[in-house]
Amino acid sequence: MPKPSPIADAVSKPFWDACNERRLIVQVCETCNRMQYPPEKTCLACGSSEHLGWRDVKGRGKIHGYCVMYDSRVRLLQERQPFNIAIVELEENPEIKFFSHLPGTAPDKVPVGAAVNLEFEETVMGQLVPEWRVAN
Amino acid sequence: MATKDAPASVYRTKEGTGLWEHRGKVAVAGIGQAPCIRHWDGADLGTSVGALTITAAQKALDDAGISPDEVDGVVTCPVGMGDTWAPRPYFAPPYDTEDGLSLLTADWLVKNMGLKNVKFTSHGPRCLNTALAVGAQAVGEGKTSTCLVVRGTGNLTGRYHQMEEKTFSGANAFTGPWGWQLIPQIAFGFDQYCRKYNTSHDRMAPFIINQRRNGLLNPEGYYYQHRREVLTVEDYLAARWVCKPMSLLDCDLPIQTAGAFLFTTGARARHMKQKPVYILNHCSQRGVVRSGCETLDETEEWTDHIARMCYEGSGLSAKEIDVFNPYDGFTLFFQYFLEGFQWHGVKRGEAHDFYAGNISVEGPHPLSSSGGNCGNGRTRWWGQRDCIQQLRGKAGYRQVKVKHETAIAGAYTAGYSDWLIYSTSPN
Repeated sequence: MPKPSPIADAVSKPFWDACNERRLIVQVCETCNRMQYPPEKTCLACGSSEHLGWRDVKGRGKIHGYCVMYDSRVRLLQERQPFNIAIVELEENPEIKFFSHLPGTAPDKVPVGAAVNLEFEETVMGQLVPEWRVAN
Repeated sequence: MATKDAPASVYRTKEGTGLWEHRGKVAVAGIGQAPCIRHWDGADLGTSVGALTITAAQKALDDAGISPDEVDGVVTCPVGMGDTWAPRPYFAPPYDTEDGLSLLTADWLVKNMGLKNVKFTSHGPRCLNTALAVGAQAVGEGKTSTCLVVRGTGNLTGRYHQMEEKTFSGANAFTGPWGWQLIPQIAFGFDQYCRKYNTSHDRMAPFIINQRRNGLLNPEGYYYQHRREVLTVEDYLAARWVCKPMSLLDCDLPIQTAGAFLFTTGARARHMKQKPVYILNHCSQRGVVRSGCETLDETEEWTDHIARMCYEGSGLSAKEIDVFNPYDGFTLFFQYFLEGFQWHGVKRGEAHDFYAGNISVEGPHPLSSSGGNCGNGRTRWWGQRDCIQQLRGKAGYRQVKVKHETAIAGAYTAGYSDWLIYSTSPN
């Protein structure tokens, strides 16, 4: 069963539209040159709302850590149990973190610190979301 | 007019502000606890959140030796801790909305308990500890002189909310599709902790066993009332994973109950029935993650911060804290508080060594004498209640043998928490 789908709003729409084009973008505050993810209405550092833009990123990262879900409260994910939930640091900025089920990696066999590459996965309502696969 | 949430200015979230301006001038004069039940059957309104809260509130008034007419302020945490009653049809008033069934507003309590002299009401959302901070500040500022602070916690289904959604929106759009919530956050954080400090999940066992032992020494807790099973190390190590490295026995059991605290001025408390327990400080942590999830660095930074604020505002230091009751709603985050506060000198990475020593209520380091949620079922105030009982010398079988003149309790996560510091003396 595909994952649940995210619903875009005014702030996040550019992000989810880019995902549907198989591009990963991250919000950037041009005033303080600070990336932020998830996107927000204002820069959480300087408070600016007028100089928020988007930057394409390469799609490479590193596994920061993980856990293994055995008993999720999310019904659509329960048939996958157990499954990894990994936290991936973006190569361009390790402070930026994404969640991933690490397709191709067995539960609890997660190589913390390993490099990962971006791919996209279709969710239940058709929206694509970023996923990450351990690089060979 | 409906009660509103307290403004952000109420919460003390910054260092460098010195002693709390109302230090020692606010006191706890009464406490009350409703019976604990596993979950509400949806039929007996006498065990609704509303009914249980009135029970707890009346007990707090009886404990203080005052009548409902003397109450002039009410603060509640109006957020339920479980599912809503809807879409099932409601009952006749006053149970014709969620209020009184799955959550409780101050307005509901004032009306249905007949508190006719209340002039101040406020809400401390998200946690009873938030409401306690609001109540303490309100009494300190003179907005109320005799203030009930209460929460009812509901559990309609007997388990945590199951999410049937196919879509997630708002901030949850970035977490829900991956199943990321508080449980995986805490599990991931604990895994990071174990890697950083070269320890393991198994080493949590002594703490969990001790929490359940303390809970079985508390006549008001769920396990004492309904399940008097002694937990063994083998039980803990055999418990199934919920989200590895978090097992079932690292999670608290949802229950339906209510708790109440009666705050008043220090001067007034000295004329009430119980020995006053003075509030030296309240403070709050409101952390914002950098991106996506809370990292171990953020957790440690925030718990260091809350400890510094607690000590600064109260004028106490770590070695002066006798009774220590941080929240254990997931056992796997308790060590961040222990290490952040450096109770009995425990530094980062040393918690599991400390658990392996004598942490019993009879010993020199009576850690979490309340038994917490692990020992009593899911509320967020066993620690607050135990602090007051310990300082009164009325904790029964849980009474610590060491000096018991100061205490700290707070909840609920490293990123969002509210804390109170208590003393038998206002100075």
